[in-house]
Amino acid sequence: MIREPLIFEISDKGKKAFSLPPLDVPVKENALQDVPTRDKIDGFPQVSEVEVVRHFTRLSQANYSVDIGLYPLGSCTMKYNPKVNEKLSALPGFVSIHPYAPEELAQGNLEIIKKTEEFLCEITGMDAFTLQPSAGAHGELTGMMLIRACLEERGKPRKIVLIPDSAHGTNPSSAHICGYKVQEVKSNERGTIDLDDLARLMTGDVAALMVTNPNTLGVFEEDICKIADIVHSRGGFLYMDGANMNALTGICRPGDTNIDVLHLNLHKTFSTPHGGGGPGAGPVGVKRELAPYLPVPVIDGKGGKYFLNFDRPKSIGRVRSFYGNFLVVVRALAYILALGPQGIKEISEMAVLNANYIRKSLEGEYHLKYTTPTLHECVFSDKFQKDYGVANIDIAKRLIDYGLHPPTMSFPLIVHGALMIEPTETETKCELDRFIEAMKKIAREAKENSEILKSAPHVSYVRRLDETAAARNPVLRWVEEKK
Amino acid sequence: MSYISLSDKDKKEMLAKIGVSSLEKLFRTIPEGIKLNRELRLPPPLTELELIRHFEDSARNNKYQDYLSFLGAGAYPHVIPYIVDYLSSRGEFVSPYTPYQPEVSQGTLQVIFEFQTLICQLTGMDIANASLYDGSTGAAEAVLMAQRIKGKPKVIIARTLHPEYRRVIKTYVKNAGVKIEEIGYTETGEVDFEDLSKKLDNETSAVICQSPNFMGVVENLKKISELAHSHQVLVIDVVAEAVSLGILEAPGKLGADIVTGEGQSFGLPLSFGGPYLGFMACAKDFVRQFPGRITGQTTDVDGNRGFVLTLNTREQHIRREKATSNICTNEALCALRATIFLETMGQEGLRELAWHNVQKANYALEKLAQLRGVKRKFSGTIFNEFVFEFSKEWAKVDSLLKQKGIIGGLGLEPFYPELRNCVLFCATEMHKKNEIDRLADVLGEVLR
Repeated sequence: MIREPLIFEISDKGKKAFSLPPLDVPVKENALQDVPTRDKIDGFPQVSEVEVVRHFTRLSQANYSVDIGLYPLGSCTMKYNPKVNEKLSALPGFVSIHPYAPEELAQGNLEIIKKTEEFLCEITGMDAFTLQPSAGAHGELTGMMLIRACLEERGKPRKIVLIPDSAHGTNPSSAHICGYKVQEVKSNERGTIDLDDLARLMTGDVAALMVTNPNTLGVFEEDICKIADIVHSRGGFLYMDGANMNALTGICRPGDTNIDVLHLNLHKTFSTPHGGGGPGAGPVGVKRELAPYLPVPVIDGKGGKYFLNFDRPKSIGRVRSFYGNFLVVVRALAYILALGPQGIKEISEMAVLNANYIRKSLEGEYHLKYTTPTLHECVFSDKFQKDYGVANIDIAKRLIDYGLHPPTMSFPLIVHGALMIEPTETETKCELDRFIEAMKKIAREAKENSEILKSAPHVSYVRRLDETAAARNPVLRWVEEKK
Repeated sequence: MSYISLSDKDKKEMLAKIGVSSLEKLFRTIPEGIKLNRELRLPPPLTELELIRHFEDSARNNKYQDYLSFLGAGAYPHVIPYIVDYLSSRGEFVSPYTPYQPEVSQGTLQVIFEFQTLICQLTGMDIANASLYDGSTGAAEAVLMAQRIKGKPKVIIARTLHPEYRRVIKTYVKNAGVKIEEIGYTETGEVDFEDLSKKLDNETSAVICQSPNFMGVVENLKKISELAHSHQVLVIDVVAEAVSLGILEAPGKLGADIVTGEGQSFGLPLSFGGPYLGFMACAKDFVRQFPGRITGQTTDVDGNRGFVLTLNTREQHIRREKATSNICTNEALCALRATIFLETMGQEGLRELAWHNVQKANYALEKLAQLRGVKRKFSGTIFNEFVFEFSKEWAKVDSLLKQKGIIGGLGLEPFYPELRNCVLFCATEMHKKNEIDRLADVLGEVLR
């Protein structure tokens, strides 16, 4: 196997991969004489074009990806990314337009944003959307700011945000940045929010409850309307983390379950590629009451002409520059238009079918802490395998040897040794069966030959990496060795 | 279109295996009363050909690309070597998740490690993170970070920092107990040092400025740092035009404690403002307060080098409400594009690119300075942007320019009420001499 060196290690003086046309204006040699300049950038690479191309091609081959196979990371919704959407989002009319382009010269883009907002309202049952947030966590932060702004206007912002013990780590972190103390709500034996615990905690000091529905176990919060009543009766707001919206599209609209604000992840439910960690987009939808607080600018239409509206006195302000990750929005709109109403419903139907097929096939082989029916994902644990000294990480790493990506590990926190599996709707039955077979084989190996799991993976680009050493003695950049 | 892979036979077999008679039964935990029970009101599905036609129409509805434009102000037109598009569109880079399983994500992880190294080299700092959303959120994160380090309420913000970045900072820190004071600028277009000296005190955590600043002027970062450090105040330098790092001294060498900025200029198209690329670098002493993902080097069980996401105990999935930031998904694919861009440009290429920007902008500045009815607003050294004050109403001049197919620049009055009829122009390597000449000629006619 070729082990690709760092680019800095193949750099050599004088090599070039790009040239600019000759300067066609008279040179002003002293243009920078009054400010400190640099003669060179220490350590910066010098390589040829062929070297750059081979470097990144070889590195790409060290990645597993959705284009290669099943990527069952729970709560990440790693579905197929339609290729035509890459072409559409790269149209010159979209990529070469400046964010300060005059509105009359950017009508195509403004219409795309407006239409996407309208479609997301219909799909979620909310009244208004902002597409400014760049990712899910950014959406959460925005949503909590909206709630805080509204409460402040009513008199006081309150102090506490309630978050279930099964929630994503971003929820408490976002609430904290918004100036709130976080209090945990317990899950009951079904894996859903404990209504008694909620009623006890839901005081006049609580600004909001952040709920993920279906939750990170894949379980639908059946009592969502009662939950909303409890929260609303004390003057609080109900926030929904829409990371798991893939279970609900066309079946149930969060807005109809009396939530007040939610965020979506376009890079999950709406198929935009995750890119190895972004760019994503985290649109936020609200009910009418919270709409005046949305970030500026808001896109408004007047007689078929769209414009950026900054005249929003109650707005929380901006959560980032310009108008969000526009090219991500183009892809999401293309996805909605390609699927149509029935196709959107088919997302959740097939996602839930695939997840339940895996769950049923692996029941008995792996421990299922919560037996409540689940929707788009299921959470097993390593409890049975622990008897043989095998942990979830060993199971995950062994899957790599079988040519598959592991599930999400050790989350949610309420399931010890969790293996959280979300196949998504685009998966083939053949690939699901391959995964199921591999998981069964691993369960057998755990009993018969646990060493092979503990030393896995055996056939990957690198073998098991020492993460503890990486944190204990951090090497966070390349440094030229002194000769 | 449908992206489903299951046949009717597959579905039947799977339902049988699960032991339910229909798809609806799988949703039995959702109470009937809140089910939608109607079709979504969305347009009927489109085929691939129809989709392409639809979006080509939308793209054609944008007329901007038919104009000669001199807009900059935080979003810069630059050359993008073809291999950036070619390599970054590989499915192996586009379609994986955040590299949680390092053994099957070495491509992404090594790219981030190289990206961090390049950002450290450019900024002159010890450590860099894997990316943030954009320059504005980078600035906001830097302010929160400085306040965690210093524990003092006040942050001083230069008014020459991008107005949208300032607005984002204000939104972000509103509930974090941060008190913001702004400092003005002088006739050179630089930070007003008197104002800065007056406002620096024992209650201040940091001063945040931008260089080259929103007026296009290179700040005296060394002097700002000396002043701030004499009060034990941290200096945050924001770089909104990252190409400038190819020729201007590294901010780390001029005393900046945290450097953050916008990496759009490194291989990302204008794209109506996003996706862009926030970057951040700092001294290694601050690593525990550093936001965002970081990749580190380690070895596998055979002793081979490999890379992993590291120092996770700062992050939300471990620390929850005590994390240094709530960021999870960042801009990895944009960081990949920047990495390919920078490695393609290389040591000499980036410097040459930066020098071309300086020359084109100075040429444009001198051409415009010869016109009657305009006055250069600020006298400081520029990189690739500059401000002129017009004696006529800018809105009128602007609309006359548009009639001639030119978007002159950005009127500053909406951002700075005191800068009436002042306009920010940008010229980069993308502007040919004859295009700059055309701007000057047409402006000359319009102003006559």
